Amino acid sequence: METKSIMIVGVGGQGSLLASRIIGNVLLSQGFDVKVSEVHGMSQRGGSVVTYVKYGDKVYSPVVELGEADIIISFEQLEAARYVQYLKKGGHIVVSTQQIDPMPVITGAAVYPEDIIGKLKAQGIDVIDVDALTLAEQAGTSKASNVVLMGVVSTKMDFDESVWQQALEHCVPPKFLELNKKAFALGREAG
Amino acid sequence: MKTLMLGNEAFARGLYEAGCKVVSSYPGTPSTEITEAAAKYDEIYAEWAPNEKVAMEVALGASIAGVRSFCGMKHVGLNVAADPLYTAGYTGVTGGMVIAVADDPGMHSSQNEQDSRHHAAASKTMMIEPSDSAECKEFTKMAFELSERFDVPVIVRMSTRVSHSQSAVELCDREEREPIPYKKDAAKYVMMPGNAIRRHPIVEDRMAAIAEYGEDCPLNTVEDNGAEIGVITAGICYQYAKEALGDKVNYLKLGIVNPMPVKIIKDFAAKCSKVYVIEELDDVIETHCRKNGVTVQGKELFGWLGEISQTKIREKILGIKPEYDTFGDTVPVRPPVMCAGCPHRGLFYCLSKLKVNVSGDIGCYTLGATAPLCAMDSTICMGASVSALHGFNKALGAEAEKKSVAVIGDSTFMHSGMTGLVNIAYNATNSTVIILDNSITGMTGHQQNPTTGKNLKGDPAAAVNLEELCHAIGIKSVRVVDPYHMAETEKVIKEELEKEEPSVIISRRPCALLKYVKHKPALRCDKDKCVGCKQCLKIGCPAISIHDKKMVIDHTQCVGCGICTEMCKVGAIVE
Repeated sequence: METKSIMIVGVGGQGSLLASRIIGNVLLSQGFDVKVSEVHGMSQRGGSVVTYVKYGDKVYSPVVELGEADIIISFEQLEAARYVQYLKKGGHIVVSTQQIDPMPVITGAAVYPEDIIGKLKAQGIDVIDVDALTLAEQAGTSKASNVVLMGVVSTKMDFDESVWQQALEHCVPPKFLELNKKAFALGREAG
Repeated sequence: MKTLMLGNEAFARGLYEAGCKVVSSYPGTPSTEITEAAAKYDEIYAEWAPNEKVAMEVALGASIAGVRSFCGMKHVGLNVAADPLYTAGYTGVTGGMVIAVADDPGMHSSQNEQDSRHHAAASKTMMIEPSDSAECKEFTKMAFELSERFDVPVIVRMSTRVSHSQSAVELCDREEREPIPYKKDAAKYVMMPGNAIRRHPIVEDRMAAIAEYGEDCPLNTVEDNGAEIGVITAGICYQYAKEALGDKVNYLKLGIVNPMPVKIIKDFAAKCSKVYVIEELDDVIETHCRKNGVTVQGKELFGWLGEISQTKIREKILGIKPEYDTFGDTVPVRPPVMCAGCPHRGLFYCLSKLKVNVSGDIGCYTLGATAPLCAMDSTICMGASVSALHGFNKALGAEAEKKSVAVIGDSTFMHSGMTGLVNIAYNATNSTVIILDNSITGMTGHQQNPTTGKNLKGDPAAAVNLEELCHAIGIKSVRVVDPYHMAETEKVIKEELEKEEPSVIISRRPCALLKYVKHKPALRCDKDKCVGCKQCLKIGCPAISIHDKKMVIDHTQCVGCGICTEMCKVGAIVE
């Protein structure tokens, strides 16, 4: 099988590491060769963050480059706009409708673009937009929007739901498991 | 069973399986998780040392005692540890000694883009370079064997993409090893001139023997696809090349990057009509090839800057450019910022307001340099804030002393800031040093340090008392402030700048991300009171923005620290 690429983008602190670990676990359990690449340190502090998940018969580079992503999962609208150039032609974007102003917008040095989702759709891109933050709060905490998005993404990937449930059990500490399962289910419904 | 592991976690697994007993490191992105993961194995003693030099000396001491030892650091950390490294190259080892150095091509989290392979060559030690997690584990185990076989410290060169990518690893059991009985050997370990002169030829012979070993060993591998084009590469670049070029070319993958073999390279090149060298960062392999009469192409194609990628290789060798769509509108950048509730924010707002010259250092607080605070004039390396301030003040005298400060974190101060403070006291400038004590090593992801009262395993440990330490160094004026109280903090900074003596201000408040820190509920803006004056934006809090001319607080980010309430003249920010 040809190598497939997923990019998870967002703002430092939104929980993209957990998301990439859940997907990585799902893929490994299905017998794929998997590489998951993370960013730590300076670039994490509220900055734009990217993690890559690649899978196939044999994966070499852990990095996803321009025009290579089959799916982009964006935790925030502006980040979807920033990384759309990494999307392969015919790929999908799953985007949380949450907006977080970056510092240049806060200070007035730049403007947050209007109607990002509308513009992406107008470019002919398959965009699935979800209010993941509200759904996560319904599940019990705003911190679970990453797992809500996993629920959405699960509908775009051809694996049994039980495989995702097992990955959740593997990656989430037991005391937060119920909450995250609820978040996942809400995402799956929305997907 | 195969498990997904970060390169760093797989490295730690290699330490465990190889029977490593003693680990001493200083945290530094992207190397930190090796030591954190090693500490989870009860069979390994693991610690955070105050700096990399100490860590390497601990590891060498353990090796002399006869056990397998390890120290890990980022590329710039190896500069700090270069002193013991260069002489460890002469002494060699008893128990195997392995050093991890994690380079950061692309500077994801670093102040420079140095290539650590130069250190291996200059210190006449052995260096190997894995390309994925499975190799991180296997190479680490081999590194111990080679260290003992060739009587040499072995450096494993990691890079951000290898350290921080997860891939599948097959786990094995630990091989327990009896310590090699200690025997005094002054000729080998007492490096005074008489002994060192006799060690040097041994070192040269050893390096020749390792180069010879590299001609036919499992670490240097040829992949002959019967192609015209050859690629000589190492580490993560091998993965990029394989992705870009598949089996269209032949590969020589060098696992040993110092010392490098000659014959295997010549033989490989002889079978190809054209040979490319693909390496991050400098032209180390390329120069070695040229020196040995092998014609190759490298840096002239791929350049000297940043990371290599499959795209770059496709473009330069195959002439294929990527195809993609861009977003039609301008996308504002999103630089990293201090977190909401960060105790550094209040302090940097005061410095920004006072318009002082700020000699900065390495840590989260380097973000004080960014807009809107813009309160930093220089950042060089660990500890340099304190010593450079002294130099600045010596150069410009009393005028500078009254309007310049150094800022340095608790961990960085222990690492190499306190020697600079000794210099300030001893050689007398009226410098003002601010220690940002947030009770943790923050930027690298919360590691304990000698001031926190806990060790790497989280057990209680002796804690350095910063006030007493500064007094003992000879600083009489030592004051403590809470940076959440900006008016008081500003007053104390002004007073200390005026004093005709050196002084230390400890800005003390734990990192807002620490689990034990209790947060207040998120604040909110009373829209009826808010006049839209934007004063609150001046502290650069990511939770605060303006929408429809009124302040908005993002409740998912706000931790109720309240420093914005000090900014608001109309009392619009409420609980």
